[in-house]
Amino acid sequence: MSKLVYLVPLFPLAGFLINGLARKRLSKSLTGIIGSGVILASFIISVVLFFDVKAGHSGVVKLFDFINAGSLKIPFAFQVDQLSSIFLLIITGVGFLIHLYSTAYMHEESSEHFARYFSYLNLFVFSMLLLVLGANYLIMFIGWEGVGLCSYLLIGYWFKNNDYTNAAKKAFIMNRIGDFGFLLAAFWMIQQFGSLTFSDVFSKADGMKPNDMVLVGITLLLFLGATGKSAQIPLYTWLPDAMAGPTPVSALIHAATMVTAGIYMIARSNILYTLAPTTQGVVAVIGLATAILAATIAIRQNDIKKVLAYSTVSQLGYMFLGLGVGAYTGAVFHVMTHAFFKALLFLGAGSVIHAMHHEQDIRNMGGLKKSLPVTHWTFLVGCIAIAGIPPLSGFFSKDEILAAAFSRHIVYWIIGVLGAVMTAFYMFRLYATTFLGKFRGTHEQEHHLHESPAAMTIPLIVLAILSAVAGFVGVPAVLGGSHHLEHFLAPVFAGSVKLQQAHPVDHNTEYMLMGASVALAAIAILYAVGRFSKKPDLGEATGFGKVLQNKWYVDELYDSIIVKPLRAASSVLNNIVEKLGIDGAVNGVGKLVNYGSRQLRLLQSGQVAAYILMMVVAALILFIIQLFV
Amino acid sequence: MTIQHYIFLAVALFSIGIIGVLTRRNVIIIFMCIELMLNSVNLLLVAFSKMHHLAAASVDAASKAGTDGQLFVFFIMVVAAAEVSIGLAIIVMMYRNTHSVDVNFLNRLKH
Repeated sequence: MSKLVYLVPLFPLAGFLINGLARKRLSKSLTGIIGSGVILASFIISVVLFFDVKAGHSGVVKLFDFINAGSLKIPFAFQVDQLSSIFLLIITGVGFLIHLYSTAYMHEESSEHFARYFSYLNLFVFSMLLLVLGANYLIMFIGWEGVGLCSYLLIGYWFKNNDYTNAAKKAFIMNRIGDFGFLLAAFWMIQQFGSLTFSDVFSKADGMKPNDMVLVGITLLLFLGATGKSAQIPLYTWLPDAMAGPTPVSALIHAATMVTAGIYMIARSNILYTLAPTTQGVVAVIGLATAILAATIAIRQNDIKKVLAYSTVSQLGYMFLGLGVGAYTGAVFHVMTHAFFKALLFLGAGSVIHAMHHEQDIRNMGGLKKSLPVTHWTFLVGCIAIAGIPPLSGFFSKDEILAAAFSRHIVYWIIGVLGAVMTAFYMFRLYATTFLGKFRGTHEQEHHLHESPAAMTIPLIVLAILSAVAGFVGVPAVLGGSHHLEHFLAPVFAGSVKLQQAHPVDHNTEYMLMGASVALAAIAILYAVGRFSKKPDLGEATGFGKVLQNKWYVDELYDSIIVKPLRAASSVLNNIVEKLGIDGAVNGVGKLVNYGSRQLRLLQSGQVAAYILMMVVAALILFIIQLFV
Repeated sequence: MTIQHYIFLAVALFSIGIIGVLTRRNVIIIFMCIELMLNSVNLLLVAFSKMHHLAAASVDAASKAGTDGQLFVFFIMVVAAAEVSIGLAIIVMMYRNTHSVDVNFLNRLKH
């Protein structure tokens, strides 16, 4: 059965080609059917593969030789195992719902642009599938670059708006910085291990002593790649700007694809990271710092999509914290639950924006509970899930990461819980301001308020159900569960688990940790709902709130320490090196030839006698040379 | 008469020819000076040819060494005759156009 794995990325590729090439001929409904249908086909095959893997048939499927140069052999091979099959399900499953939703959300576009949109979406899914299926770092890198490209294309989908294209360029450049780290790590691995295939690299690395300089270097470079793709400090600023794209694209980037690439890559390379505790420390600290920083920013944002964007950055920070403290299963678990509830929240936000006629400022919303019942209830489920209230999915995955963080160091746990409390607070600030209280928009908007069509609400309902129940695949032992996900993923993380000394936390402590985080989150929720449902803060922020509203001025900081000096240096190069040096040399040669020929022209007097004299003198000179030299 | 005498005569003729070409403006005089130079060369060729032939004949009476120099003289004469015909034609045309045989009128291309 796993022989069929090549079909999984092939379907979206076919969809991309058909929609892309025939975009001028296809009708909108046909485009929608092709675009969503190919993803559904991939999803069905992924389900089959998943059960196949579950029955114990995992392995590497080699399609053909990709690079064969001397001792370096890189096959084009797909890795079908527990980790990749889980990701396949997330990508194609959530991806399909987003495609379905897009058919309704993007209906105002002209049919040509509609097809362009779907071809980009299909290419995006194809790249992401390639990324998770690759059995070596090179195939992974192809997908890695592919999602970067597609994010650029989709963020700049409305390319006539200059701000949007700038956001797209920002995303692409930030990603390139990370890609450069990934590429260096890949070269280093070729130099060190002579191979990029996962199994070779991991088995060779297994023999090295922990914290070997080479391993630390490689893992740090790989992590640099992950910070770019998964929006961590210092390369996170592209993600909030990526809101420029259509809302379903934000859902796709933030939930199913792209940002989870970094998590997947580190989870896949878990053995390298376990062998490099120094890097693990860096990963954990960066993840935690990102989680806290993004959460503080999210508290003071007024754009519905911006709040969700920063919450994504913050949740990704949690996943990196999980990876950093060795809770690989927890991180993958959180990727999964986060994919459900973040896709739900983004699609819900899209539904609100759709109903409000492209209004995104929550200060102009309020009271949408009545007119958008389905959106309201599903959004509420998403908020509760992300806030970590049991028994919804976010609680289990976040708790697993926090428990692992506690066993590593209590400070990790304290900061992590602080972030979780802020998450609960800003999510319910968003919820209360948008759905509760009185309507604050214009009369015209109020008149047009409507629930979205079924193509948009069905994905919302499916995702809401998944967000509510997905947690039950990973109920920890302390709550009487058996953590199916951990057992399922055990073969992938076996090497790391063996190397790490387990610090089991006794059950009483764990109950206390859970109780503390849930109680704090609940207090934050009640406070937020109580405060913002009646009188939301509509005015401009002052003091510290202003700093948060302006995102800690990080964009301005980058602008002044990187962009401005770069511009200054390039203007120096332009004005001095280019204009004086290079232009001077080129123009100088021209001037010299011009001047020389002007002087030589004087020899041509037109006097025959003068010519003959020259001839005679020249003949005499040659004669003398011949005779005496 | 040794070979030196011929050489001195040829050099003298050649120099007169060059000086004439360089200094005179009348095209016909220049033309005549060119002929003078050609003939000085002919004279040299004949003289050297005779010298070589005598040297070779004293060893072997049947030798033909040096005779090819005289062959050149005939070539030069033929070429000179052709040149004269073309040159005189050019001079006639020049006179028709400029009513002068002064070479300094022939700088029209420059202006």
